[in-house]
Amino acid sequence: MSSWAIIQQSLPMFGKGFELTLWLSFIGIIGSIIVGIIVSLLQYFKVPVLHQLASIYVEVSRNTPLLIQLFFLYYTFPVIGIKFGAQLCGIIGLIFLGGSYMAEGFTGGFNGVSKGQLESGKAIGLSRWQLARYIVFPQGFSLSVPAMAANVIFLIKETSIFTVIAIPELTNTALDLIGMYYRSNEYLLVLVIGYAIILIPLSIILTLLEKRVRYGSFGN
Amino acid sequence: MDHSGISVLFEGTNFERLLGGLWVTVKIAAVALIVGLILGIILGVLRTFKNRPLRVLLRLYLEFFRIVPTVVLLFLFYYILPRQLNFNLPGDQLATLVFALWVAAEMSDIVRGALISVPQHQRESGKAIGLNRYQLYRYVLIPQAISLEIPATINLATRVIKTTSLLMLISVMDVINIGQQIIEANNHTHPTGVFWVYGLIFLFYFLIDYPLSWWAKRLEKKRLERANG
Repeated sequence: MSSWAIIQQSLPMFGKGFELTLWLSFIGIIGSIIVGIIVSLLQYFKVPVLHQLASIYVEVSRNTPLLIQLFFLYYTFPVIGIKFGAQLCGIIGLIFLGGSYMAEGFTGGFNGVSKGQLESGKAIGLSRWQLARYIVFPQGFSLSVPAMAANVIFLIKETSIFTVIAIPELTNTALDLIGMYYRSNEYLLVLVIGYAIILIPLSIILTLLEKRVRYGSFGN
Repeated sequence: MDHSGISVLFEGTNFERLLGGLWVTVKIAAVALIVGLILGIILGVLRTFKNRPLRVLLRLYLEFFRIVPTVVLLFLFYYILPRQLNFNLPGDQLATLVFALWVAAEMSDIVRGALISVPQHQRESGKAIGLNRYQLYRYVLIPQAISLEIPATINLATRVIKTTSLLMLISVMDVINIGQQIIEANNHTHPTGVFWVYGLIFLFYFLIDYPLSWWAKRLEKKRLERANG
């Protein structure tokens, strides 16, 4: 069979993998942003006990590979009686990983707000909460957009690791097809194109977004 | 279930085998980092030159390695090198090659970023006192860029170490692959062994990466303090 026919035949399967990659990435990124915001707020306001726990979480999550995190969820949690399906494991793992990356991004943004801004706020008599609400968060959030954009791309690429717990996303689809039909060139080509279709437009959009929010970083 | 799970780690040569696997992992990461950093510095310097085709080419190289996930990169090399180019490498060397090329791509961007953020007047002053291009880079730009790029380089190292967890996918006998073998071999006698083996591997990765990322954070903080007075 010609390469083209091989590729055409595989497209419906790749389509499904593509959808799954997009869907899992989407849920994982939204979840990561939520976890990241919560964790960075705990750290920013130094909420007793919780902020130490948040720091431990960030260090453990950032300094271990997603693959081991997934193995832990998928293979060892059943031993202690907690069982998830593969896709749920993938999502939980991605959020566990992404949450800390997002948190670091937000924290970096908050810390990046210049001292002059804080002092001016204090000088006009803003309370601690008002400072956070009207000065630190709006500016810090726009400062953290580049980090967030990098994390979005990073997390989408990390979904390729889901193949180790047999979630049929893009990479897993390609490896399955190669295993069945031994046509590695064709399937790998489709695989790379699949990621390029997601990531190239996205990284262009994110770059534009970064330029747009630079207007928000007043006085820097 | 007459054994407690943790004993699986110390039965026979299990612990030594896991350490052996960890050594394979560390060795691949170390060689890939050294080769990748050297190549990346060269590419990064080249990317600050005015030669446009060269810059476009190197940018494409970077973007390719940025867009394709590392799992896919490994499989691309794993299937394409032997079949298309008749170039056979054992799994560990193949992985070292892939990681080195990936590190070089990321490093080239770090180096370029650091070089172009050295203030313009430094470059002009260097030219004004008659330094040639080599001297300009050697004595003016690179020394100043280094302090900017070290934290990012250490972070890149932690990423490479984490990424070595993918070695098992191309059947390299790394720490995770050996862990899996031990779990499978002892599954009947130690049903909770899986918890301890993966737990230990988790700890191994954390113990290597945490000090590195702590160091990177500290250097970055110091640098910012210096920069902000």
